[in-house]
Amino acid sequence: MTGDNVLLKIENIHKSYAAPAVCDVSLEIRKAEVHAVVGENGAGKSTLCRIIAGVVKPDSGRMFLNNLLYQPLNKRDAERNGVRMVMQELNVIPTLTVAENIFFTDLPNRFGVIDQKLLYENSVKLLNQVGLDNIAPDTPVSNLSIAQQQLVEIAAGLSKNCTLLILDEPTASLTESESETLFKQVEKLKSAGTAIIYVSHRLEEVMKISDTITVLRDGRLVSTKRAGDYTINEIIRLMVGRELEDLPHKKQTVSQKILMRVEGITTRTGVKEVSFELKEGEVLGFAGLMGSGRTELMRAIFGADRRESGNIFLRGSDKPVAINSPKDAVEHGIAMLPENRKEQGLFLPLSLKINITITNLKMFCIIRGLIRQREEVHIAEQWRRTLSIKSNSIEQTVRELSGGNQQKVLLARWLLKNCDILIMDEPTRGIDVGAKFEIYKLVSELAEQGKGVIFVSSDLKELFTVCDRIAVMSSGKLAATFKRGEWTQDRIMAAAVSGYLKESKPAN
Amino acid sequence: MKINFRKVAIDYLGLIVALIVLIVVFSFLTRYFFSETTFLTIANQIPSAVLIATGITYILIIAEIDLSVGSVLGFCGAVLGVGLVNFKLPPFVAICLAIVAGLLCGFLNGIVSLKWRLPSFIVTLGMLEMARGGAHALTGSQTQYLGDKLDFVAGTSVFGLSVPFIVALAIVGLSQFVLSKTVFGRYIIAIGTNEEAVRLSGINPKPIKLAVFMLSGFLVSLAAIIDTSRFNSANPNAGIGFELQAIAAAVIGGTSLMGGRGSVISTFLGVLIIAVLNSGLAALGLRDEIKRLITGAVIITAVIVDYYRIRIKVNQK
Repeated sequence: MTGDNVLLKIENIHKSYAAPAVCDVSLEIRKAEVHAVVGENGAGKSTLCRIIAGVVKPDSGRMFLNNLLYQPLNKRDAERNGVRMVMQELNVIPTLTVAENIFFTDLPNRFGVIDQKLLYENSVKLLNQVGLDNIAPDTPVSNLSIAQQQLVEIAAGLSKNCTLLILDEPTASLTESESETLFKQVEKLKSAGTAIIYVSHRLEEVMKISDTITVLRDGRLVSTKRAGDYTINEIIRLMVGRELEDLPHKKQTVSQKILMRVEGITTRTGVKEVSFELKEGEVLGFAGLMGSGRTELMRAIFGADRRESGNIFLRGSDKPVAINSPKDAVEHGIAMLPENRKEQGLFLPLSLKINITITNLKMFCIIRGLIRQREEVHIAEQWRRTLSIKSNSIEQTVRELSGGNQQKVLLARWLLKNCDILIMDEPTRGIDVGAKFEIYKLVSELAEQGKGVIFVSSDLKELFTVCDRIAVMSSGKLAATFKRGEWTQDRIMAAAVSGYLKESKPAN
Repeated sequence: MKINFRKVAIDYLGLIVALIVLIVVFSFLTRYFFSETTFLTIANQIPSAVLIATGITYILIIAEIDLSVGSVLGFCGAVLGVGLVNFKLPPFVAICLAIVAGLLCGFLNGIVSLKWRLPSFIVTLGMLEMARGGAHALTGSQTQYLGDKLDFVAGTSVFGLSVPFIVALAIVGLSQFVLSKTVFGRYIIAIGTNEEAVRLSGINPKPIKLAVFMLSGFLVSLAAIIDTSRFNSANPNAGIGFELQAIAAAVIGGTSLMGGRGSVISTFLGVLIIAVLNSGLAALGLRDEIKRLITGAVIITAVIVDYYRIRIKVNQK
């Protein structure tokens, strides 16, 4: 049925990192079509695109481009074959001009001296193609809007022969009108014969611009058909799957006492008017798509980023507390395990002991400022055992520990400080299953002790396991909150995408 | 207290061996080198370099740099000299003023780079110019001769060792102690390793970093007092190039320019290695340009050796 209309044929592609990322995916991309790839966070969309673009090599499987075996060695090799990818994060060099960026890998030159005239002329042509005809090629890229920069990247993609263009979340940082401009250009490219793979979690725009939609879940292809044959709800259902049941849950430990009340938090980083309450003994989950503002909200509560407005009330007091830095937050008993534990949490080349005791060195001092080594060793050793951190000794550097044990080190740091509000941002990311369950157990135990835990995660299964309530963020706002028993995957997913739909429907 | 000899061996043995090898080699090559005079000369020369390099070690551990130390030394010396000669201040007051000048320069370095988040490379480069300008302005570009006003500093000796040398040793010991046994030292190492993690641990790194910049300024002022006393004069051009010597000593001692790793004792050994090398090469009668060539090669070799030392240390685990 497809015949020689097929541009790229993918057969049984497989790629594993720690866990399988793409499993046995077979797919056909036709010439002159917009082929959308959708799925939850971690469903394997980006990995698949990277394989096609030659950035990542598959473990097994074959690809055919125009019926010829296609095995790109690297990104450059893929580009030689006419396959180009515009990455999620911008790749432009802001200090160079538009023209220089477009032709960066292949600047027209004579003995190394750039041929400005040729560069200018060629750029004008390409800028017209992507609808940037009002931009002079010698404008510095830093003067352009994000959407325009994105279009410059696309123009760079088209600067040489391009038969397949991969756009990974191109509208993530665009406003609506900027997205519209982009769609028009996508349409134009398509009619010129270019095939486009379009990755996005904005389902409405996916429905609007694509010809074919492929849904991935846990690295597997679950559905691929004409866009007109789907409804948005059907796509959501396919994205989350139905077979999951709730795992056995922790004991009911939520008290009536409110530990923390957050009111109207807005930040420059994209959080809009978020309010919620956290009770003693409660585990409050935060779900949402990537970029929905969860991390930004947590950083604002912890004082790591500035708040534009909003107040935080602690332990039933009706006077807001002043939290303007992580130091203030910690003094008020709030702790945070950051999203990126290696870069923001740990001292990788230093020992377990130093990593654990850093927040509370004062407890080891009789004479001010002088650490009593024996006490410190004793306490660090105690926490190593309590949390069963797998390691040779407390002198081992944390770089050598596994992800799960590194996370426990951070947890020990805060438990030592006796914080009773714990914010955990993706605490199980990159951690193997066994260690995940240990973390869940620890979280439950902390709740039993009356601590309040905020648990941010992109993994719905684990939120269902550990949480008493789940708050869903979408596009910077709190879209919905579900109690245990009220939530289903569909409802949460619907709430998570609600902020990206045009008319924000209530989630149910 | 139990000393972990294996750890001491890994940390210092290489440097001590290098030092001994240098001494042995020079002793064989020249008749004049291995003598009490040589070692007393070295002991008298190095105190100011030791103090400055100690400050630089702290600065490097927090992943910053202080290029202004040489000029600040000149400036502090000028304050001292002008205070004593032109204003006829009592030595104690003039010394205090010199220390205040050093602290102030360190404070400015720190506050400007922290407040506006500027690289300390740039800020202290500016201070390098300003402090030198200040030294010349104060002295009218004339060396101030003090006579015997400050003789009590460098002139006194205990068991044949000069007071400055003893002070320098004491400060090395104290600084190493602070680094490895106190909360302040722990924070310094943590800041150099991962400043953001320190901040997100609820500790404000800025006051700690400011204190380190001021410490560097303070140690430089002590070095200025010692050198002024040693030469009985305050030369506005004193200390030119000291910043590079101090960084070289710290680097030979294995301090990382990326922060988070360093030892004051190793830096002290680094200063000794450079000093022995200098006087040994001088005893050989080599010309200055050859001496510099060799010193430069030694610095680079030391860093390469350190690279392998770290790899061995990591592989052992």
